[in-house]
Amino acid sequence: MVTTVGNARGGGAQGGTVSDARAIAESVTDPELPMLTLSDLGVLRSVEVSADGGVTVTITPTYSGCPAMDAMRDDLRRSLHEAGYSTVDVRTVLQPAWSTDWITAAGRAKLSEHGIAPPGPARQRAAGPVPLTLQPLVRRVSCPVCGSPDTEELSEFSATACKALRRCRSCREPFEHVKEI
Amino acid sequence: MTTDHDSAYDSLADEHGGDARWAFGTGFDDPLSGVDTAVPDGVEPADLAAYSLMLADDALVMSQRLTQWCTNAPELEEEVALANIGLDLLGQARLLLARAGAADPTLPGRLAPDLPHEDALAYFRGPAEFRNVTLAEVDNGDFARSVARLLIFSTWRLALLDRLTSSRDAVLAAVAAKGVKEVTYHRDYAARWVVRLGDGTALSHERMSAGLNATWPYVEELFVSSDVEQRLAAADVGVDLAGLRAEFDDVIAQVLPPAGLVHPPPENTVDSAGRSGRHTEALVTLLAEMQGLARAHPEATW
Ligand SMILES: [Zn+2]
Repeated sequence: MVTTVGNARGGGAQGGTVSDARAIAESVTDPELPMLTLSDLGVLRSVEVSADGGVTVTITPTYSGCPAMDAMRDDLRRSLHEAGYSTVDVRTVLQPAWSTDWITAAGRAKLSEHGIAPPGPARQRAAGPVPLTLQPLVRRVSCPVCGSPDTEELSEFSATACKALRRCRSCREPFEHVKEI
Repeated sequence: MTTDHDSAYDSLADEHGGDARWAFGTGFDDPLSGVDTAVPDGVEPADLAAYSLMLADDALVMSQRLTQWCTNAPELEEEVALANIGLDLLGQARLLLARAGAADPTLPGRLAPDLPHEDALAYFRGPAEFRNVTLAEVDNGDFARSVARLLIFSTWRLALLDRLTSSRDAVLAAVAAKGVKEVTYHRDYAARWVVRLGDGTALSHERMSAGLNATWPYVEELFVSSDVEQRLAAADVGVDLAGLRAEFDDVIAQVLPPAGLVHPPPENTVDSAGRSGRHTEALVTLLAEMQGLARAHPEATW
């Protein structure tokens, strides 16, 4: 028997209840955006505790090549082991693909506090081929330093797969922006 | 003071049991851990493995070419962009290599039985066993030639992945759905550079035009399906390459006029067939660089 998050509390033989296990998994942070928990980032898909106390955590990758995924799996296993869950299985689910729309409101607020502009809504696609965008998309991204809306994109690629590089035209500070995907 | 100067290196070389990694980005888990990799009905496992390998090799070889721009790109921003694009493609390659190994473990098992499938397939196949299209392997040339290649590659791959999202193989469909989002950014990046250079100075226009013409001969091959691709397309698992041509031509037609570039003549083509294992010498040197360390130290872990 498997108890899933959101259902009744499963009596874990080793560590604790499913809500305990979920709280631990939710508090693990992203190694590249350490101000965000996996829950804030929207990559934690489910936490289950079986009758014998084994924990199964399911996560979804952000980008196909994101090197943080392996570190996240390790951190999840370590945190749950330290809390007394001796059997921990971290599984991957690929579908549906992660979107920046899954970053929570709390996660967006934390990004802003740390000088990283949060993503806007992901591009909605009409039927037919993926449209080509020859001009940089006009995005309303406010400067996380001074709050000015007058910012420009320098590159859609930055220090990690998930971020773009922008500059504020008011205070001249460069800053990163979690790009919509 | 009794500092042991070897200790830092010892700690790197030690076995790190448990959950800790000695450095970020080291130690790789199976990227398909926990994913259902059952082969769909009516498909030969060997065919699915061969098809996954084709799509993986396109991404792996292209990724290796892109990372060769590290420390060589004209601007730091472009270096970061090209490396990020390469990283996305490497991630797609890892998933697809793992998918190939899960569908038919005999090939990785024969190559390197003790290694994860993705490592065995990436590091222990020779050039004739690679199935990437020739376009992915040819030399980078200058920046203009590299962005011409990236435009052609990502325009083709985006059209392919977009159709693959409805594959009957749930793993390929999921890898494709993620890849579509990523390659959309790659194609926009390349197209903007082609326009910027083509519509720039006389020198940048000349080099952009030369880069496009040097790359165009490898376009025809992109739309010729091998037997495996035809069988899997018929089984609604793969994609018929000929069906991608109209979308490809339409995108190129959106880029060349604002770039002030003339469409290369259709007779500008060569007889190439990477899907059947016929490759240029460029792949041999690329693989020597990519595989050398793993082959010299097959017992190494990182
Ligand atoms: Zn500012």
